[in-house]
Amino acid sequence: MARRRLTLTQRDARTGLALISPTLFIVLAAVVIPLLWSVLISFQHLKLIQIGTADPFSPLTLDNFARVVGSGALWASLGTTIVYTVGSVIVSVGLGLLAAMLVRKPFRGRTLVRAAFLLPYVAPIVAVTFVWRMMLNPEFGIVNEFGQGILGWSEPIPFLSQATAHWNLLGADIPVPTALLTVIAFEGWRYFPFAFLFIMARLEALSAEPEEAALVDGAGPFQTFRYIILPQLLPVIGVLALLRTIWTFNDFDDIFLLTGGAAGTQVASVRIYELLTVQRNVGAASAQSVVMALLLIAMITVYWVALRRRGEKV
Amino acid sequence: MNTSRRRTVITRNGAPALTLKAVRWILIAAFLLAVLFPFYYMFLLSVKPIESLLRDPGSLIVSAQDFTLKTYAAVLSPTADGGQGFTTLLQNSAIVALSSVVIALIVAIPGAYAVARLPFFGRRQINTLFVATYLFPAIVVAIPLFVLFTRIGLRGSLLGLILVYTAQTVPVAIYMLRNYFDTVPVSIEEAGLMDGLSRIGILWRITLPLSLPSIVATGLFVFMIAWNEFLFALLFLIDKRESWTVSLGLSRLAGNIEVPTTVLMAGSVVLTLPIIVLFFLTERLLTGGLTAGADKG
Repeated sequence: MARRRLTLTQRDARTGLALISPTLFIVLAAVVIPLLWSVLISFQHLKLIQIGTADPFSPLTLDNFARVVGSGALWASLGTTIVYTVGSVIVSVGLGLLAAMLVRKPFRGRTLVRAAFLLPYVAPIVAVTFVWRMMLNPEFGIVNEFGQGILGWSEPIPFLSQATAHWNLLGADIPVPTALLTVIAFEGWRYFPFAFLFIMARLEALSAEPEEAALVDGAGPFQTFRYIILPQLLPVIGVLALLRTIWTFNDFDDIFLLTGGAAGTQVASVRIYELLTVQRNVGAASAQSVVMALLLIAMITVYWVALRRRGEKV
Repeated sequence: MNTSRRRTVITRNGAPALTLKAVRWILIAAFLLAVLFPFYYMFLLSVKPIESLLRDPGSLIVSAQDFTLKTYAAVLSPTADGGQGFTTLLQNSAIVALSSVVIALIVAIPGAYAVARLPFFGRRQINTLFVATYLFPAIVVAIPLFVLFTRIGLRGSLLGLILVYTAQTVPVAIYMLRNYFDTVPVSIEEAGLMDGLSRIGILWRITLPLSLPSIVATGLFVFMIAWNEFLFALLFLIDKRESWTVSLGLSRLAGNIEVPTTVLMAGSVVLTLPIIVLFFLTERLLTGGLTAGADKG
């Protein structure tokens, strides 16, 4: 009888907990607890060969951090990761914004064009990286074939295996990180659809009145974009940039499949993979991932604070 | 006065508007080329013999006498017959992806409903928990799971992979479903409550049928993530060839110089085609489901 005296709210609260518990269980078991365990492992000696008998209660040590932080490879890989992340986010969000503006006005075939624009993002990463590798192949790839045959390149460019090229501009020797720029271009191609999709949704929801008013006031298309449309898109662009930053920073697949981390593209997650599978040092791999996560959290906090400041001023 | 002002606006914008229009079409064409060409190239190389590719690497067409489907036979036939055994891998990918969809939906639908409607203790913290899980690289989660799965014998099994994919996709699924549940009017549910339905009854009889488009979209999204996933498959299945997914199989073959490029391209088409077909069939539903709520700004 006591059960019947529960109010509707109380009953709903119980049902709510019951309904959310499978989610909580699976997310805790397969994400949160492993994360915490990973932090623990980073303070322990653990080689890959020992993992069959790994003991969560083995003694703690700072050796892994000393080792990881003391080696130049960590800082080099984090530096590469940051250049890769910033470049990729700017290119992919920028292209997404451009693409969304291009197909904004209705035209025949717009639905198909929009669907086609999303293809790079939905296709399997293994397949698209593979096609890119073939297209950029120095021996029989179509890009070098065209570059040499039509654009008059004197020799093929090893897009994915050359760390630095030297361009001679007006006598100045300019080093160009070929492979890093190539993977950033790939990221732009692969992830602009994501930004495109969300910016387009926002554009469709904009009210037409401010733009009509601007037109009446004699604003040109670029002025309308700069002063009317762009300010209304900034919130969604901010969120997209944040999400893309997190995902690109943590990205493993794209670099691993394109270059394997060679030619100056060893980003942090690829290095972690190497620590794990080549050096077979699980403790050091965990330590590096903890350092990486801390850096990401620091970056996001800075971003968050900057955003809030701007928000308060406006 | 008004008309004269309008007229100046038109003349002032007339010429740039024309060039702008031309630039716009050129850019749309450039985007289309950049987006579609790699897929065309993938298909093109998959229907050529390797000799034809090496003879004329710049060719963008395949001649009638060169056209071949032997590459597909080579990639799909079982390893016992000298092929690459992709038929088995396709089955593995399908099992993993479909199971992940079913389990993720079974877990996420009640979860999303609870987050959308029910005032339980800790409801606000759930979002923070989900966001936090996405802050860490997948490989960080992978290390302890690798240890754990090795110990309990789940490494190398498809079941382990399904569990991981479910856990990875449930937060996104809840996000998508919740946005949709928010648009279902509470008053309809209250009517059900008046008629004596329990919360579960309301969810099952009222909210679920109304949310079918969103549920399908969410399921598709989970399917695509699971079908395309690479890192966990690489870490957990690499030692057991018979449980490889197509993604893993293709990436392993790509490092093998004995397999001709054209056969690998056929493998890429086999991996990509199901996703592209599925995507074009459901594009509206899928993009609508993803961006629901995002247009609020």
